[in-house]
Amino acid sequence: MKTDELLNLLAADRITAPAPAQQLLRTLLPGVAVAITLYLIVAGWRADVIASLSSPRFIFKLAINAALILAAGALLLRLTRPEAITGKLRIPLLLILAALLIAVTTELLLLPQATWWQAAHGHNSTWCLRLIPTFAAAPLAATLYTLRRAAPTRPAMAGAVAGLVSAGIGGVLYATHCPDDSPLFVALWYGLATALVAAVGALAGARILRW
Amino acid sequence: MQAAIAGNETAYHGLLLELSRWLRTRLRARLLQTGHGDADTEEAVQETLLAIHLKRHTWRRDAPFVPWVAAIARNKLVDQLRRRHRRAEVPLDEMLDDLPDTPQPEQTSATRDIGHLLNLLDERQRAIVLGVAIEGRTAREAAVALGMSEGAVRVTLHRCLQRLARRIREEQT
Repeated sequence: MKTDELLNLLAADRITAPAPAQQLLRTLLPGVAVAITLYLIVAGWRADVIASLSSPRFIFKLAINAALILAAGALLLRLTRPEAITGKLRIPLLLILAALLIAVTTELLLLPQATWWQAAHGHNSTWCLRLIPTFAAAPLAATLYTLRRAAPTRPAMAGAVAGLVSAGIGGVLYATHCPDDSPLFVALWYGLATALVAAVGALAGARILRW
Repeated sequence: MQAAIAGNETAYHGLLLELSRWLRTRLRARLLQTGHGDADTEEAVQETLLAIHLKRHTWRRDAPFVPWVAAIARNKLVDQLRRRHRRAEVPLDEMLDDLPDTPQPEQTSATRDIGHLLNLLDERQRAIVLGVAIEGRTAREAAVALGMSEGAVRVTLHRCLQRLARRIREEQT
């Protein structure tokens, strides 16, 4: 086929997919709905969830996961475009990491050394590693699907960022269930769970996001 | 591009034609350096145009157009080079001797031409694709000729293009 003939074909095709941001909204809403349903079935909120809203540690735990959703979400939308320059959009993610380090340092200063391990180990560490990825699964499928229909030129990175967004969603949900609020616990177990979901996203991205 | 997204076929056709010339010149320069021929260039041009078309929703109205096109072209060029990787390397001197003098390259047929992929399509799909591509029919004319609705012709055409893109991607892996 000559290129001119291909041009006739392309010009006759008027069907355009919706913009990536719109697609993300359409896929992520059902993804989050699935995550919330799973959360309600297997976990549910802890009994003192309202009272905990006055606890700075509890608020920090929620806020850092919510911040991760926003920061990684902005980066994700950027990566849907082929000419994406991530530049300044990486800064919020670094700030989140810095905030986590500051919180960990503060906690180490506040707590006597003898209780460090207890605070970090908490009651629910293995559940944390299991449930955050479980809640993140449907949002990860949704974000990867959106990316697949977009034009990411860095597939593994885009997949990893999709994993970060999804782990943030899983983290916010799990945070209202888990009784452990210490930043030591959050940094260790939420951090591990988030890294796991991001790694799965990166591996999947490298495989399925080429176009 | 804005007019094209709004559904102005003539404007879009003009834009694609201009893009095809721009891509041919640029891709040819890059591909000749690595020992590729005009047929490879045309293949890369066609695959890039198809990608631009199917990914046009990722261009934002407030973003500059050229970097967006260039990013897609680069992505397709990398694919092309990877695919031909096994080919024997041509020494640089020899390659430069072969450089033709014509500054504006002519359009040639592609080697593993998108046309070959038409074999994937069923009879009706092929009739639509060939009618529009070679005879230059509009979607409405093709619909009348085949006794289908215009909407059905457009949906079929769109699916055929997506299928071609998917097949090209599968051949790369």
